Amino acid sequence: MNTPSLILPFLALILSPLLVGIVNRTKAFFAGRTGQPLFQLYFDLAKLLRKGAVYSKTTSWIFRAGPVVQLAAAITALFVLPWGGASAPFHFNGDLILLAYLMGLMRFFTVLAALDTGSAFEGMGASREVQFSALAEPALLVGLAAAAHAGHDHIAPPLGNFQGALSLSGIYSSLSMDAWLSSGPALLMVAGALFVVFLAENSRIPFDDPNTHLELTMIHEVMILDHGGPDLAMILYGASLKMWLLGSLTAGLIVPVRTGNAWLDASAVFAGLCFLALLTGVVESTMARLRLLRVPQLLVSAGFLSTLALILLLWR
Amino acid sequence: MSHLASKVLPISNSQKVDLSHIAGMTLDDFLDYTLEATEHGVRLSAFFAHPVEGNLMRLWAILVYDHQSLVLPVYTDLAQDSYPSLTPYCPQAHWFEREILEQCGIKPEGHPWLKPIRFHRPFCRRSNAGPDDESAPPQVGSTDFFHMEGEEIHEVAVGPVHAGIIEPGHFRFQCHGENVFHLEISLGYQYRGIERALTAEPGRRAIHYMETAAGDTTIGHTLAYCQAMESLGGTQVPPRAQALRGIALELERIANHTGDLGALAGDVGYLPTLSYCGRIRGDVLNMTAMLCGNRFGRGFLRPGGTAYDVEPERRDTLLKRLDAVERDLAVAVNLMWKAPSVLARFEGTGTVERKVCDAIGLVGPAARASGANRDIRKDMPLGIFQFAQVPVSTWDSGDVFARGYVRWLEIQQSISFIREQLESLPGGSVLSTPGNPAPHHLTISLVEGWRGEICHVAISDAGGNFTRYKIIDPSFHNWFGLAYALRDQQISDFPLCNKSFNLSYCGHDL
Repeated sequence: MNTPSLILPFLALILSPLLVGIVNRTKAFFAGRTGQPLFQLYFDLAKLLRKGAVYSKTTSWIFRAGPVVQLAAAITALFVLPWGGASAPFHFNGDLILLAYLMGLMRFFTVLAALDTGSAFEGMGASREVQFSALAEPALLVGLAAAAHAGHDHIAPPLGNFQGALSLSGIYSSLSMDAWLSSGPALLMVAGALFVVFLAENSRIPFDDPNTHLELTMIHEVMILDHGGPDLAMILYGASLKMWLLGSLTAGLIVPVRTGNAWLDASAVFAGLCFLALLTGVVESTMARLRLLRVPQLLVSAGFLSTLALILLLWR
Repeated sequence: MSHLASKVLPISNSQKVDLSHIAGMTLDDFLDYTLEATEHGVRLSAFFAHPVEGNLMRLWAILVYDHQSLVLPVYTDLAQDSYPSLTPYCPQAHWFEREILEQCGIKPEGHPWLKPIRFHRPFCRRSNAGPDDESAPPQVGSTDFFHMEGEEIHEVAVGPVHAGIIEPGHFRFQCHGENVFHLEISLGYQYRGIERALTAEPGRRAIHYMETAAGDTTIGHTLAYCQAMESLGGTQVPPRAQALRGIALELERIANHTGDLGALAGDVGYLPTLSYCGRIRGDVLNMTAMLCGNRFGRGFLRPGGTAYDVEPERRDTLLKRLDAVERDLAVAVNLMWKAPSVLARFEGTGTVERKVCDAIGLVGPAARASGANRDIRKDMPLGIFQFAQVPVSTWDSGDVFARGYVRWLEIQQSISFIREQLESLPGGSVLSTPGNPAPHHLTISLVEGWRGEICHVAISDAGGNFTRYKIIDPSFHNWFGLAYALRDQQISDFPLCNKSFNLSYCGHDL
């Protein structure tokens, strides 16, 4: 464990709300609006933390535990997340499963807290969220497996002595330019699948509309309608961390800068993350939401893309 | 039509007629005639009752025969407190008959869905019915909602408080998963008692009631009222005022249609059109403000003409702004029609077939989107529309796309109309002195507002005051269309369907 890998997760804690700011600035630019400031989410969090919270009498401790568990899970996940070539503070074989299921835990508690309110809206949102994330999960895991296979022969020296390479840090350190040169098309497919998962899991257009006020169309937003004050702050902050988590997985793949210098590698991934946020803003500005019936189709095709990439790599 | 046709006095839009010239029918003839007429493509524009001398209730049906440009007012005098309902045979009468029960205490026997629509006490009962019940009215929205049973059925209740800045209304969905079996709409939260106030104390307040009957249709309702007053008073409106009224009416149409197109884009998350249309709608409202100082056109129309004139400099500025609006709007809206992801959401969503559209009596863009070629500006032209025709825009798919696209077509027609009128404004004054309303007369004033047909019926008493003033906002005809459009749709498409109708709550509740 070296100094950068210890410091980087804390940097992520500070920088993650910036991604949401970049998305919103991009959307404002396309719409010709002045738009909200880049640091709006920081201001919002500060505002919400100063407020009190209101709890419905019909809710139980689960409703209050929801935001805490989500945030805790997201922060824990940051500590197994590599920044491209810069490895995470903790890495072990199979930590990608831990990451996927920490995000699963986040979702599980969001859904429980939503169901705890007993509202018809939140129940609807919960059912949608569960349905869609069940389809997004295979795309993510199979995609990571494909990436692991692509980088198999290219594991960088410090992590080369790993038993196998089923650790996120191992996988991402191996995704160098060499890996891209030898299995570019497959990695491109994985990147595509991961971007779809990134959009879906972060409730962005075309899957969900983070700006809508229409409860009947919402997926993620409707589940957090009853949270307020510090609870809402935890949820919003947790969501920005989730964006960082899934964004890093995508950006670490598409930015094959592996200099061996952790600071340089990490900066490259951060640039990639900003680009991803920009791209999200562009997607949101140029297309409409999918009809809810069509969402599973797109998620399943992302799963197919991942699977196809894996098959291509196994075939080789 | 039948032998009864000879008993009916056909009149035109805003033509006053002496009540003694219209012969009453027997109840059976009245019902037969109304049913037969509606079966032959005549629309029920208004259906209401009011008390008359001799302890009777007079039941009026205002039938509109679009293709002949005729209005057919028929009535019958009821001695009893009930009559056989028309609704089972004529779905257009559905809400009217519920309204008659609620306002007048006259029960349509055999009505399949007899629930309150505004939740107030009757105010228009026969003379021996005793004093009005002034106790607290029933709680708005507390009624027996249609309910489905079943393991997998769930009920979703939306409103009356909504997440957006919109008016209150309650919606009950019976759903199977994401699928909607049935939507029931319950309104009445905005009830202010306008019709009652107009009978009790008309006069100087009346015009203000009209301007606020439905806030986004200020020009439409005020124009209908002015037409009714001018008709009763025998007032000639100067040509220049007629042109200005037409301009104001079309500006209102452009502003609201623009807002709707932006909102439709917003509901599917298509941001560019949403943002630009929001701004352009403001530009158009500002043009109305240039006419009269108010963005919604309050204070512009007065019986006898318009309260303000437009001098040449302002006319030139208006023309310049109109060009800018036309240019910007074409870019913003065409962006949306070219986006496949938007069209995928609009097409085939919330379809109302032509047959259903006619059966439930839809009006306005909602009807024209189902292929119905009707528009008061063409069918019953009055004022400037007698001289300048606005082509009717229709589409026949009946879905959200059609309702959006018809709006876009209408915007373009309205822009050319306004330009043409501004370039050739007649000279002369803009206001003539209104005459006193003739006693014991009836007039039916129809206006094609941006949402559809606005119908005002004025019946004057011996002193020239109103015995009854009936207002029908297009929303009154169309709310049921929205409920129908949702059948077997995804519940997540409700906001989109709702926006494609964009009906008024206060215009309905009055």
